[in-house]
Amino acid sequence: MARTVIVGASVGGVRTAQALRAAEYEGEIVLVGDENVLPYDKPPLSKALLAGTTSVDNVGLLTREAAAQTGIELRLGSAAVGVADGAVRLADGTELPYDDLVIATGARARPSPWGTPPGVHVVRSLDDAHRLGTALRAGGPLVVIGAGFIGAEVAATALGMGLTDVTVVDPVAVPLSRVLNEEVAGVFGDLHAGRGVTTRFGVGVTDVREAGGALEVVLDDGSVLPAATIVVGIGAIPNDEWLAHSGIPTDGGVLCDSHCSSVEAPHVWAVGDVARWWHPVYDRYVRLEHWTNAVEQAVCVAHNITHPEDLRSHAPVEYVWSDQYDWKIQLVGRTGGDLAHVRVDGADPARSFAVLYGDGTGRFIGALTVNWPKALVTCRRALSRPSTPPSTVGDVQGLLNSARQASRPTGAGAR
Amino acid sequence: MAVVKADLEACQGYANCVVGAEDVFDIDDGGIVVLLRTTINDAERSRVEEAARSCPVSALVVEDQ
Repeated sequence: MARTVIVGASVGGVRTAQALRAAEYEGEIVLVGDENVLPYDKPPLSKALLAGTTSVDNVGLLTREAAAQTGIELRLGSAAVGVADGAVRLADGTELPYDDLVIATGARARPSPWGTPPGVHVVRSLDDAHRLGTALRAGGPLVVIGAGFIGAEVAATALGMGLTDVTVVDPVAVPLSRVLNEEVAGVFGDLHAGRGVTTRFGVGVTDVREAGGALEVVLDDGSVLPAATIVVGIGAIPNDEWLAHSGIPTDGGVLCDSHCSSVEAPHVWAVGDVARWWHPVYDRYVRLEHWTNAVEQAVCVAHNITHPEDLRSHAPVEYVWSDQYDWKIQLVGRTGGDLAHVRVDGADPARSFAVLYGDGTGRFIGALTVNWPKALVTCRRALSRPSTPPSTVGDVQGLLNSARQASRPTGAGAR
Repeated sequence: MAVVKADLEACQGYANCVVGAEDVFDIDDGGIVVLLRTTINDAERSRVEEAARSCPVSALVVEDQ
């Protein structure tokens, strides 16, 4: 019987296994995970799991019963350490021969370049979230290094847990100004400041040091921030080192063609944060660390494994979200600080709005939506319908203005 | 035939379901999923299940009727 081995039991790996069964794959499926815990979902790690308002049982991706019912064999608690002669080798010495191999080992938090004395945390796994949650319940001050989505979510969660002394540091003067234009990105810095977070933007970190049972963060303007806990949220690194000497080429992720198939090794595929695949629309290699991309890529790979005569390319419309305080922030398609853009206000412009981005011809290519569900749906529809002619920024602006007016009588949409 | 069910308490309005099957799912002004219909025929079941699996908070299920 044919066998597919999937290495990585987070959302990309689990969804590949499920999509294979949905595509009526009849062979064996083995799902390998390095953590000795049933597959769980990662977005809550910086929010509800960190706060302790939910438990891992509520964010499971695959129960033991569901795995058994659908014929997915779970091999949890032993990491894959290599691939040779058509088999995956695990740390415990097990060899798993495969007909198809799906690499879904994700990415890990970029480690602190300032050392990791006790009290310095990253957030990427269940253990990370539990350790950090325990530390935060002991009180502040908390210093978050990096004002990206993870850092911003941790700061928001910590405030919600009752910490009063929370500082976010980022070397960029206006964080997110690379993906959003400055004026829009500034709204999110103001959001944190308005909720009571101290923001230190445009200042780099030069050192983290221990100081009498506590920590200190030294900034490049000479100031020193005392900390009981430090969270480092400065990006992620794809987990591809275990493939060295495997004959599967990597370059900051597993190099794949547009079908998400290894550029060299036959019957080897990659899904999720670890995949660097040739995007057929952008005409370049792309690696995305987005939940929704992992799910869509899983479906694509499962289709391609089961339909070798009808291979599909993976050309997703990017979608990423971040939930901070009571704000819901979403990015769809392509956005960028240097793109032409139009802001459209929602029913309560102080907290609900959309920013539409266009290419040089005015074609609508992406959006930021904030606390405005109808705008999110409208923008995603406009970007995801390949059958209709491309929308212009003006078209979408008109749709959003109509949506705002339609929602006004009830006041809905402005929660 | 199958039925689709939504957990309105769990829904966070991420709208992946709308992109996956806009003939079945919509999102209202408050950001909560709306089922445009609940009965799913066999021919469309795998497509709707795929849309349900794309929900980041697992708020959707497709079950035998």
